[in-house]
Amino acid sequence: MHQATSATVGEKPLLSLRNINMTFGGVKALKNVSFEGRPGEVHCLAGENGCGKSTLIKVITGVYRPADGAVIEYDGEIYSHMSPVTAQDRGIQVIWQDLALFPEMSVAENIAFHEVLGRRPRLVDYNRMRRIAIDALARLGVTLDVELPLKEYAIAQRQIVAIARALIGEAKLVFMDEPTASLTQSETDHLLEIVRTLSASGVAVVFVSHRLAEVLEISSRITVLRDGALVGVYPAAGMTQSRITELMTGKTFDQHVRARPRDDQPVVLEVRGLTRPGQFEDISLTVRRGETVGITGLLGAGRTELALALFGMLKPASGAISIEGKEVRFGSNRDAIKAGVAYLSEDRLSLGLIQPQAIADNLVIASLRKILSGGLLSEDRKRSLVSRWIADLGVRIGRQADAISTLSGGNQQRVAIAKWLATDPKLLILDCPTVGVDVGARAGIFDIVARLAESGLAIILISDEVPEVYFNADRVLHMAQGRIVGTYDPRQARLEEIEAAVYA
Amino acid sequence: MISILERVKTALGPEMAGPGLAFVAVVLVFGIASPQFLSAATFGSVAFQLPELGLLTLAMLLPILTGGLNLAITFTANIAGLTVAWVLRENGGVDAGIGIFIAGCLLALMVGAASGVVMGLVIAFTRAHPILVSLSMMIFLRGLGEFLTRGGDISGFPAFMGPIGHGSIAGIPVPLIVFIACVLGWHVLLGRTKLGFNTYMIGSNLEATRYSGINTRKAIVLVYTLSGVMCAIAGIIMLARFNSVRIGHGESYLLITVLACFLGGVNPFGGFGRVIPVFVALVVLQLLSSGLNLIGANQHLATAVWGILLVGVMILRWVASRIKISIVRRGS
Repeated sequence: MHQATSATVGEKPLLSLRNINMTFGGVKALKNVSFEGRPGEVHCLAGENGCGKSTLIKVITGVYRPADGAVIEYDGEIYSHMSPVTAQDRGIQVIWQDLALFPEMSVAENIAFHEVLGRRPRLVDYNRMRRIAIDALARLGVTLDVELPLKEYAIAQRQIVAIARALIGEAKLVFMDEPTASLTQSETDHLLEIVRTLSASGVAVVFVSHRLAEVLEISSRITVLRDGALVGVYPAAGMTQSRITELMTGKTFDQHVRARPRDDQPVVLEVRGLTRPGQFEDISLTVRRGETVGITGLLGAGRTELALALFGMLKPASGAISIEGKEVRFGSNRDAIKAGVAYLSEDRLSLGLIQPQAIADNLVIASLRKILSGGLLSEDRKRSLVSRWIADLGVRIGRQADAISTLSGGNQQRVAIAKWLATDPKLLILDCPTVGVDVGARAGIFDIVARLAESGLAIILISDEVPEVYFNADRVLHMAQGRIVGTYDPRQARLEEIEAAVYA
Repeated sequence: MISILERVKTALGPEMAGPGLAFVAVVLVFGIASPQFLSAATFGSVAFQLPELGLLTLAMLLPILTGGLNLAITFTANIAGLTVAWVLRENGGVDAGIGIFIAGCLLALMVGAASGVVMGLVIAFTRAHPILVSLSMMIFLRGLGEFLTRGGDISGFPAFMGPIGHGSIAGIPVPLIVFIACVLGWHVLLGRTKLGFNTYMIGSNLEATRYSGINTRKAIVLVYTLSGVMCAIAGIIMLARFNSVRIGHGESYLLITVLACFLGGVNPFGGFGRVIPVFVALVVLQLLSSGLNLIGANQHLATAVWGILLVGVMILRWVASRIKISIVRRGS
């Protein structure tokens, strides 16, 4: 076990946990874990999904009660367990990933409701609420119209509202659970700036993120958990992304550029001058058989809109799409599917898969005609079709009838890919296929992508993480403000060069 | 033991537990309370009463599975009944021939379908809430019916219609035969057809279904159309049973059909639910009212007991889910 060496933030710890054990129905979620947070430090908690990060946060905030023998030392007092009320009263705040906000209520109400709740007289003082909200936002250097309902704002602003709410109490220790998961790079930069301001004012920040680049950028120390056990505490200085990945997964990954020439292959997709004002302009590109074309760029660059146009769900104003040399006009995505286009949505939870329904039903939904027998759906055909794909893509499932929501992100994504492969596509558009997929499972997804390309499928790989397209695509297109502004060959360009262009 | 239970459960679906238990409980309680309960007479009366509520419940089931509702079912049924009555009256009244009656029925089915098509189109294209759309249709049909009938009864039909409402074939009441045929039809529709598959998927997540290349608008229009057709079948059976039509017939059934669906394990938000458990739930409701009748309880009390039963089932389901969670926790 490694020991922390960084002590630049000085002083003794604000929070110190020792001997934390937590068991759910026989499964040990936390095994003898310790953790420490100092005032003014940004401490990152890293680990794959299910490693115990969230459980640990819930122990500290009093949601869960750890097994006997736990020692929670916080701000000079020792507890055997926390309660949510004590945690709040003593300045422990959490900003959950789902934010726990009220979309229908105004920004002011979202920020200040807790502060004005329970005061006497029992009347709502809207002016006070507004003042509290404006002050809290000003501390973060943000101005928003606090009268507007929250749902009018994008996810990045909602994130800031959640942070503002956490800060109106006297917060000493703030947990941020994946705060940047749905933010663009510039929004992320802004958020990281806010985190720095926060820690500079003496607040201890515990930061949970899947994006290792920002983990390295923001934190001073990193605590790594794996399978509910502590791997170690490391100073961020001198750490690399690949080293953290190794620590998190216990495996080593070798990333290499997979690009190879495909110029001799026939063209599957040709797009000329495709335009939809305000979303994408004058897009021209070709994708050949067996070729993987990567599209990167910031969120809002028009990547998803372009993909939806290729999938028949948005109508371009001008320009042409040809599949295998034949010009096509899609009235709906049904036409596109018939023409051999498949689109894996970036939003797996609400658009990509039907979460409450069975794994099997999610897999066959786009290719129902294949399981028809005499005009009726055949349970047997469905079962064998599903079994074949499950085996082919190495999906780990319990029963086919289980809800898809019971699977991990990586396994869900494999089912989503299988669903589209079952339609016998010629072109597969993968829109951010690793969103919400564990670092360890991402490599598995890209192995599948490489295999599909090898078998002749034309693939468009969209991602806002430049390394993903750099290592896995044959060509990288950079989209910004609806246009393709750069084309790179990973065999010649350096990763840093593309990153500099995209994040500029 | 557990494996047998497991197999029965997978064969019948998890929705079967509630109505199945309720069925056993009702048969046991009334079997003990009243010696006449387990007799041919009880089952005869159930067999005649079941189809009306049952057919309307089937009409309600499809929209609920898509996450919607059809509040116009009873009025659609009666408008369809009125259509038959109108065709008969215009063509000889009591002396009308069987051909006229069949033509009337076909027209009635079309009227039912039309009511469904309109609702389906509005719901699918404007994304207006099904409650509002079907409520509007319900008010329209009621007003139309009251206007056409001046609020009264229409009666005086040919004698051959009696057996459709009261007759039996091989000891099985004709309305029950119609109902069971419809149950089987719905069972196949939901379990084995593309439309059925899409109905469940839409009920869980319309947008994700659309992204998967399903024509969700077409599916929604078809669902409401079939719901309207089923209403028309119910309307024809009601016409034959009462030997009259009134626009308000069976109005009190409306919300009971919703509750029968829930008693049958249908998810109130759509996406889950099967026909057979709903059928058993309907049988339970009818047995309950027949049983109460036998032990001399007031007719109105039966309705109250239905309400209590449904609340009880909801609570039991909650308890069962708690127990299941604790078993899973201990087990793993």
